[in-house]
Amino acid sequence: MVHTLSLLQRRFGITGRRLVIAVPWVWLLLFFLIPFLIVLEISFAHTRLGVPPYTPLWEWTSEHALHLSLSAANYLFLARETLYLDAFLSSMKVAFISTFFCLLVAYPMAYGIARASARWRNTLLLLVVLPFWTSFLVRVYAWIGLLRNNGLINNVLMGLGLIHEPIVMMQTDFAMYIGIVYSYLPFMILPLYSNLEKHDNTLLEAAVNLGATPFKAFLQITLPLSLPGMIAGSMLVFIPAVGEFVIPRLLGGNNTLMIGRVLWDEFFNNRNWPEASAVAMTLLLVLVLPIMIFQRYQAREAGAGLHR
Amino acid sequence: MSYRRSRVLPALLAMGFAFLYIPILSVIVYSFNNSRLVTVWGGFSTRWYGVLLADHRMLEAAWLSLRIAAVSATIAAVLGTLAGLVLARFGQFRGRTILSGMVSAPLVMPEVITGLSLLLLFVAFAPLPFVPDERGFSTIVIAHVTLTMAYVAVIVQSRLSSLDDSLEEAAMDLGARPERVFILITLPIIAPAIASGWLLAFTLSLDDLVITTFTAGPSTSTLPMMIFSKVRLGVTPEINALATLMITLVALLVVAAGVLMARKEKTRQRDMYLAQGAGSAL
Repeated sequence: MVHTLSLLQRRFGITGRRLVIAVPWVWLLLFFLIPFLIVLEISFAHTRLGVPPYTPLWEWTSEHALHLSLSAANYLFLARETLYLDAFLSSMKVAFISTFFCLLVAYPMAYGIARASARWRNTLLLLVVLPFWTSFLVRVYAWIGLLRNNGLINNVLMGLGLIHEPIVMMQTDFAMYIGIVYSYLPFMILPLYSNLEKHDNTLLEAAVNLGATPFKAFLQITLPLSLPGMIAGSMLVFIPAVGEFVIPRLLGGNNTLMIGRVLWDEFFNNRNWPEASAVAMTLLLVLVLPIMIFQRYQAREAGAGLHR
Repeated sequence: MSYRRSRVLPALLAMGFAFLYIPILSVIVYSFNNSRLVTVWGGFSTRWYGVLLADHRMLEAAWLSLRIAAVSATIAAVLGTLAGLVLARFGQFRGRTILSGMVSAPLVMPEVITGLSLLLLFVAFAPLPFVPDERGFSTIVIAHVTLTMAYVAVIVQSRLSSLDDSLEEAAMDLGARPERVFILITLPIIAPAIASGWLLAFTLSLDDLVITTFTAGPSTSTLPMMIFSKVRLGVTPEINALATLMITLVALLVVAAGVLMARKEKTRQRDMYLAQGAGSAL
């Protein structure tokens, strides 16, 4: 490795190497990092009617002096209005519960695939990934057809005589949870699988030979060893779920408060760009810790399964 | 072993797959329903495909989305491959931590944040030259590239780090220049990863609603935006037909790519095996 590197440096010349690094670096700096600074800037601006609908932070006044005006009003408003705090708390709760159920459904599946014979494994993995490749919007939409009052589930249950009145499932928290767990399930299965696949079976065999029941061996060996996969998968579900907009909007009720919806409405309906920016910044601040945990537990593990 | 023969795991797996596939299958089945009422079966019919094909606004949006997806997936494949290569093979350099952070953060960043930040960037820089004043095709492409290149980079990086660099090293020892090593050795090895990265970038772009809504101008409407506005008003059989077409297209692409890659991988492994055999025979 070191050998290759020194050769690379000598042969490629410093410029070629620098150029290859610079291209993706500059793109991401321009279109990923700098935009956050602009959001930060605008979160300190005032709303106004016009284009763009916010006041500039600095202006050159007539005396060629720089006039700076920072306003913390948007953040103060965030702190004062209980709507925002409620939305944040309820988003965290929704994301937490969804992540838990995702883990509950995904773990046996990932474990089953990792335990399947080599001949089946790739097919099963493809079956997990395939829905992920089909449109997210279409998959959320599919649940509307199942969960509606005259949808498939209610029709089947009434046809079987189990219920006489349709169960109201659409536009409830239940529907939203189903939608989130369903949409994010592959994100949980893949890192779990790529962890479980690497486990050394001799450990389990040794434990069983020494008299442990298979279940106890699982609890004491497999489960702790799979913790990195569980954390990576949980972060892949939890972080985007906190800011989820589409699923609560389509499946959830009107009074389901999600911060993603609040931000969306603030921006598109109220055209209050500075307030939306303040919401985005606060959301980012809340998510910094989970994002750092995610980075630590390797985005790579998550990507390993995607291209099978 | 007793835990391998257990019936519980296969049963749970089957239930999991049922959960994953029943909604998709129900959309496909109901797209052939003759009844206007989506949930009442009125006999087999392809009438909703006819309705869909006569919907010019829908077709226009689909064509726009396909073009955006093709262009952005191609740019994302190039940039993502570079990023993955740099992270997997370039060792330490200044700015490596920032790059790896910027590559993996878009994977989890809530879309409302990414969308809002990109829109504010486009608005703030609109007065500058070389920046499109009209938001639309180009701004959506930039946004999609930024999101999807992260996926390509992660796939390429994990592919590269699962392979040792002895082949590349050998080529360089034999005097090949780095560009040649990349084109003759690294590129063929990571070609399947780049291909699946491109495909994933394509489908993610084709599908994205939130970031697109932020970065599209008021006069631009992509396919997901059209679907979203229709679905908000309720379930329509036309969307079932459209969804079925999209699912079929993607499933065919993915399965074809999978089969092709498995075959390539087999050939590659056989070649490597033969090469090793020849090496030890000498």
